[in-house]
Amino acid sequence: MPERAPLSLQVPEPEWRPGDTPDYSHVNFPPAGSVDRPPVDANPRDIRDLAYTIIRVLNREGQAVGPWAGTPTDDELLTGLRHMMTLRAFDARMLQAQRQGKTSFYMQHLGEEAISCAFRTALSPGDMNFPTYRQAGLLIAGGYPIKDMMCQVYSNEGDPLKGRQLPVMYSSRKDGFFSISGNLGTQYIQAVGWAMASAISNDTKIAAAWIGDGSTAENDFHAALVFASTYKAPVVLNIVNNQWAISTFQGIARGGSGTFASRGHGFGIPSLRVDGNDYLAVRGVASWAIERARRNLGPTLVEYVTYRVGGHSTSDDPSAYRLKTESDAWPLGDPILRLKAHLIVGGVWSEERHKQAEAEVRDTVIAAQREAEALGTLHSGGHPSARDMFEDVYATMPPHLIRQRHDAGI
Amino acid sequence: MPITITMPALSPTMTEGTVANWLVTEGENIAPGDIIAEIETDKATMEVEAIDEGVLGRILIAAGTENVAVNTPIAILLLEGEDAAALDGALAAGLQPVAVPEPVAEPAAGPVRAQARVIVAAPASPSVAAEVTVEADWPSGSEMTVMTVRDALRDAMAEEMRGNEDVFLMGEEVAEYQGAYKISQGLLQEFGARRVIDTPITEHGFTGMGVGAAFGGLRPIVEFMTFNFAMQAIDQIINSAAKTLYMSGGQMGCPIVFRGANGIASRVAAQHSQCYASWYAHCPGLKVVSPYTAADAKGLLKSAIRDPNPVIFLENELLYGQSFEVPVLEDFTVPIGKARVARSGGDVTIVAFSIAVGWALEAAELLAAEGIAAEVIDLRSVRPLDLPTILQSVRKTNRCVTVEEGWLSCGIGAELSARLMEQAFDDLDAPVTRIGGADVPMPYAANLEKLAIPDAAAIAAAAKAVCYR
Repeated sequence: MPERAPLSLQVPEPEWRPGDTPDYSHVNFPPAGSVDRPPVDANPRDIRDLAYTIIRVLNREGQAVGPWAGTPTDDELLTGLRHMMTLRAFDARMLQAQRQGKTSFYMQHLGEEAISCAFRTALSPGDMNFPTYRQAGLLIAGGYPIKDMMCQVYSNEGDPLKGRQLPVMYSSRKDGFFSISGNLGTQYIQAVGWAMASAISNDTKIAAAWIGDGSTAENDFHAALVFASTYKAPVVLNIVNNQWAISTFQGIARGGSGTFASRGHGFGIPSLRVDGNDYLAVRGVASWAIERARRNLGPTLVEYVTYRVGGHSTSDDPSAYRLKTESDAWPLGDPILRLKAHLIVGGVWSEERHKQAEAEVRDTVIAAQREAEALGTLHSGGHPSARDMFEDVYATMPPHLIRQRHDAGI
Repeated sequence: MPITITMPALSPTMTEGTVANWLVTEGENIAPGDIIAEIETDKATMEVEAIDEGVLGRILIAAGTENVAVNTPIAILLLEGEDAAALDGALAAGLQPVAVPEPVAEPAAGPVRAQARVIVAAPASPSVAAEVTVEADWPSGSEMTVMTVRDALRDAMAEEMRGNEDVFLMGEEVAEYQGAYKISQGLLQEFGARRVIDTPITEHGFTGMGVGAAFGGLRPIVEFMTFNFAMQAIDQIINSAAKTLYMSGGQMGCPIVFRGANGIASRVAAQHSQCYASWYAHCPGLKVVSPYTAADAKGLLKSAIRDPNPVIFLENELLYGQSFEVPVLEDFTVPIGKARVARSGGDVTIVAFSIAVGWALEAAELLAAEGIAAEVIDLRSVRPLDLPTILQSVRKTNRCVTVEEGWLSCGIGAELSARLMEQAFDDLDAPVTRIGGADVPMPYAANLEKLAIPDAAAIAAAAKAVCYR
């Protein structure tokens, strides 16, 4: 019998750890405008290359180029810029509020604003998102009041969720924002189920599923692809690849598959990879995928390539596991600055107007914060009603809970 | 009016921290977003950003100051147009600089970590006349040291990993990040990436993988960031880990430890704040352990790792930072299945486990003030239950109150109550009374959370009721 070499395991490692110098020069990002836009009913087999490239629209000069640029009006893009600026200002104030003890926990979007803000503009009323904790742009771009979001973060007497849920885990059915699960991945297959229910009821609404790079390792992700592919559910399956799942780099969940988007190939699902820091590219790809769902062509898998500039949450210290300079070296830039540059190149925006808009956005957010804080913060002011604590455990309150509430004297 | 910058709470469980470094000096201009200081907690080092624009008027807490409570004023910021007079006004209003305290001399007993907050001597000395001697699990006269539950768990794993090459740790964030709650500090450095493994985010996946590795002859320790996330892995735990020895005719066992934070935490709401003791205790094939003290955490975890059966090891996040006495012994273990009499007394028995033992001990103090001597039993193991110890106590006190964090329906108190009815019916002078969490998913808001969790007052009231007082 031939002698056999001993077996060994591979353990993927990130390219850099604290102490190294980040260098993305070997990463080959295709130029903006260079990727074809196939018809929405293209055969998935013919567009497999879209899972390995990166769809980009905004070039270095700030011009929108190529077939994915679409025809947005100036007003639409100015509104989009304001959505992203609002989300960033909102994050900054809530992060500070957490540091001041006004809430116990917060999660920011820094660097990822374009994805949820742009995607939302391609949806219609009645469509449903099953988001993660880093898509609050779906609410902001949908016109949901930021004061209500703050009340949820503060868990005060104005909290629409009645003091029951963790900060940032918003929920608004009428705004197409289902709810957020603290247990990762569960929403992905639920989105497919929701979409299948819409189809079986002969409705016209579609669903959007959201997941992070790390959570694609969860069963729910894989089950979602099986069901979406088998039944051609009207759903857009979004993966936000922001490179880091707390301290775990994306290679741990991606394994040998090359890209997250290419996970869709085994299921015959059209799979696209897009520059997540390019508002126009996200908008273009979202419209393409949503049109497919709407026309009963089935699911689309979209990987947004981006970078989580801030910590995972206010409880995280990223310097323990990654370079502080890594985000500066990140080659896809800042989504707000890129759209701003595009609007300036187009002659509809200027440095002065941007500065003025920053001040306006900040004032709006601060005014909302004042209103929210008047209704209380985590440790002071108005609280959610204790009477509500026993509501909604069941659709109708059973006798033993009525008794518990009575015993509690509330 | 000048703005007071206070010590930030960097996480819901942080109560104090160290002002590691000031990155600005007095008199310096600050813009919103500027990083002004670095704060260290036992979990991480964080940067503090300025929120408002102004001039740093005065640093109140010097760099290097440890144990600074959350919300303590640490600096004063002068806003535009404000001068020294405003600063004086603020200082006169009660804000005074605090000097770096002298380092506290270490007691002779052994090293004391600076972060140690709550020192709970184990066993507690009874303040009410004791009828039973509270026995320790170590020889009397053993040298003792004070350590946190966090360090005790880490030491237990490190000792067992040193002693047995087959033992390894895996889970989310256990290696590079040193554990989401910093339980695995230094393990990656000592044992390397082959034995301290960061897994992809799939509890069902890495639990199944661990069960397979145990079938393959290794001794995995699987860390769940919290047991709430183990819900999706429960099929692997119950249907495979617990039953395969039986189903394979005794051929293949599953020596594995599933450990992590269980039960209530602080401000983490319905999906992160739930006790699973009764879920796992229901199932034959599993052992279920849930310690309170650091000594028990260490001794029981070592026993769990050596046990040939799958062991569910339920920790509590709020206990990680608490300190207790731990014996300094070469190889200290605590047997699984043995309860601990945490305090002796003759009037009423209070049975609790995990964090509820602390509440029970507090309740015993309240009761002592009213002349009621409560005996507090720390179950430590939920399956198997140490019924002889409980029966011995109840035959003496004739009364029993059970305490748990979780819901009462089909809970551990329900099990204890049934056992006592079966085996001590004639000894009971009052019905067994159960104390537990409100029958609702855990709410987030502080006022609601408080209402949903039992406390010492509720336990004391129940104890008085069974004493007909």
